[in-house]
Amino acid sequence: MLTRLNTSLSRFVLVLAACVAVSFLEVSLAIANQLTFEPEKTYGAEQARKVSRPTTRWVTTDHSRHPVLQQEFSSPEEVTRACLTCHNEASNQIHQTIHWTWIDPADSERLMGKNGLTLNNFCISIHSNEPRCTSCHAGYGWKDGQFDFNKEEAVDCLICHDTTGTYEKFPTKAGYPVEAPTKFGKKTFQPPNYTVIAASVGRPTRANCGACHFYGGGGDGVKHGDLDSSLYNPSRQLDVHMNSEGANFTCQRCHSTDAHFISGRTYKQPAFTDRRSLIEDDLVKRISCESCHTATPHAVGHKANDHTDKVACQSCHIPAFARVKPTKMYWDWSTAGKMKDGKPYKVKGAFGKASYMTKKGHFVWEKNVQPEYFWYNGKMDYLLVTDKIDPTKVVKVNFVEGDKDDPDSRITPFKVHRGKQPYDSVNMTMAIPHLFGKDSSAFWKGFDWNASLTAGMAAADVPYSGEYGFVETEYHYPITHMVAPKEKTLSCNACHVKDGRLATLSGFYMPGRDGSRTVDILGWVAVLAALIGVIVHGVMRVISKSKSEQE
Amino acid sequence: MSSRKLYLYTRFERFWHWAQALLIIILLVTGFEVHGTFRLLGFGVAVSIHNFCAWTWLVLYAFIVFWMLTTGEWRHYVPTFVKMFEVLQYYISGIFKGEPHPVPKSERIKHNPLQRITYLGIVSVLVPFQIVTGFLYYLYNDWPVFGWELSLSVVAILHTVGAFAMLVFFVIHVYMTTTGHHPFSHIKAMFTGYEELDEDNVA
Repeated sequence: MLTRLNTSLSRFVLVLAACVAVSFLEVSLAIANQLTFEPEKTYGAEQARKVSRPTTRWVTTDHSRHPVLQQEFSSPEEVTRACLTCHNEASNQIHQTIHWTWIDPADSERLMGKNGLTLNNFCISIHSNEPRCTSCHAGYGWKDGQFDFNKEEAVDCLICHDTTGTYEKFPTKAGYPVEAPTKFGKKTFQPPNYTVIAASVGRPTRANCGACHFYGGGGDGVKHGDLDSSLYNPSRQLDVHMNSEGANFTCQRCHSTDAHFISGRTYKQPAFTDRRSLIEDDLVKRISCESCHTATPHAVGHKANDHTDKVACQSCHIPAFARVKPTKMYWDWSTAGKMKDGKPYKVKGAFGKASYMTKKGHFVWEKNVQPEYFWYNGKMDYLLVTDKIDPTKVVKVNFVEGDKDDPDSRITPFKVHRGKQPYDSVNMTMAIPHLFGKDSSAFWKGFDWNASLTAGMAAADVPYSGEYGFVETEYHYPITHMVAPKEKTLSCNACHVKDGRLATLSGFYMPGRDGSRTVDILGWVAVLAALIGVIVHGVMRVISKSKSEQE
Repeated sequence: MSSRKLYLYTRFERFWHWAQALLIIILLVTGFEVHGTFRLLGFGVAVSIHNFCAWTWLVLYAFIVFWMLTTGEWRHYVPTFVKMFEVLQYYISGIFKGEPHPVPKSERIKHNPLQRITYLGIVSVLVPFQIVTGFLYYLYNDWPVFGWELSLSVVAILHTVGAFAMLVFFVIHVYMTTTGHHPFSHIKAMFTGYEELDEDNVA
């Protein structure tokens, strides 16, 4: 009877064990898929690829056959006038955009922007320095505060629409090209052949946008860190989208453009607020990653899909910026003005870049830089030159807006450019130097800070006390270009460790980084106590056993 | 001293014991890695393995509970205070004097009162606690869907507390296996199913 019961019981147990074994197998197969961290199909990329075939976009006009363009142009404005004979709304459109106004369109007080009262910690401000800075203005003749922003013919069509690569604005001529061959540094600028250029205008390429945006701050890669001349023809390693041997995206592939309004600039207005993708709306602005890749771009079940509500795609997919060319990370104006044998001088440092210039002070250049991470809701706020500052602290010249509790904020990578720059030590405001010019108050001529700041502040119509000092500042750039191939994506361990990339972000629990110190200490004390207890108990058993055996 | 063999642990019982042992070890190792205590497999791999083992254990746990109920084995886990004091005294002093165990094993009584209370605590408190806190942790991203307003830090720290409790149990349990007839006889019994008992120590 007992044996029979035993057999049936053991049979039952055997069946149960088999069931457990099968479920083990099933779950393990399911998990094995997850364990191989390279998903075969990434939904978002797949969908994006479908809608990103190479563009063979047709045009319905041959500009070389327009009689109005078959003339000898004596000035660039004449070219613009010719363009406007057909494109009669173009200048009006441009006039509304930030490319023209250099003012944040979302700022009702019109104070924010290069032509407002904001500053940076590179060459600080355009006021009184216009002819140099406005070499990157999409117009002609903005040489001082008197520029007429309503002139239609002052719009520079060619800087964006030249396809010959021969049209160049001279660095110090307020947006004008040269009229005769002119040297700037080692380079000689040639007068453009307007007839040839006008005959072949077309849609902008990376070269058009890059002519200004890769050289922000007056040199290759100075400002952004994720925008430099390496993006003219990037490899897949540098940028998967702009890869010149792959998808070869132009800038406006993502910076969707609407009547000359190019999406993407972020001041008070985020570059995008719409989180829908092309899959939901085919006319959506493609300015965010999600526009094409959706909010769940990874394989179904992949944990990364659960991160997109809190972590920007860029945080993992751009492990470092300035990966090919160096970028400026530090600029100390306070040491500018030193002379060697009574003359301005330069010192060359790392990457063949200047580490000191009499005109500008000390620099630090870096390559392959790990970004810093902040909660970011897409808005940047800017310090105005009229705002009070506390010079005992590092002054943030612009601020990253966002908060861990804000559903629109994501952890986003930034380049933080640090430096020291002048401030008004009586009025406790930042100060604008007059740097460029032929007059002696220009710092780069007279090397006199007080004269320079007096002139700069006057040009911006801001009071200046006559007393100045230097204050440490920070300027933040969101990192969004130079998206690396998927195999270079950050691993979980970049952040989910004690001293990982997100070590400075606080106020939320992140596995691998956080825990309760008390629980950890008490827990390990308990484990240690148990270990010591059993060791002592064991030793005592051995001793007592050998004693009793001796007896 | 002669000895007698007693068939105490059936095939499935032995299977679930060792399967759980393996799962607990892997869960502890990967869990403490996820907690940031050390780096071994990498965070991502540790999480995946941890989740896999957790699911596996959940399935196994359901079978174990079913087995306990249907076979009547649950009777061995009913707590009792009868001889509890004697058992405590045995491990504190008697064991060093070569005294016999006050609650010898039998088909009727597989576990002494100390084991009963410990195993019952683990199976009915600690494991469910880890299942609940673990699943809340696992489902973190779906909290808004369920309308739960919990704190990840509280959930994660509670799960860590459970992990420490399990680790303490693990240390003591492994040591206690050496207190049998021979240092390895309990472990051997858990493989073969037969517990070796001293002849003069059979109830």
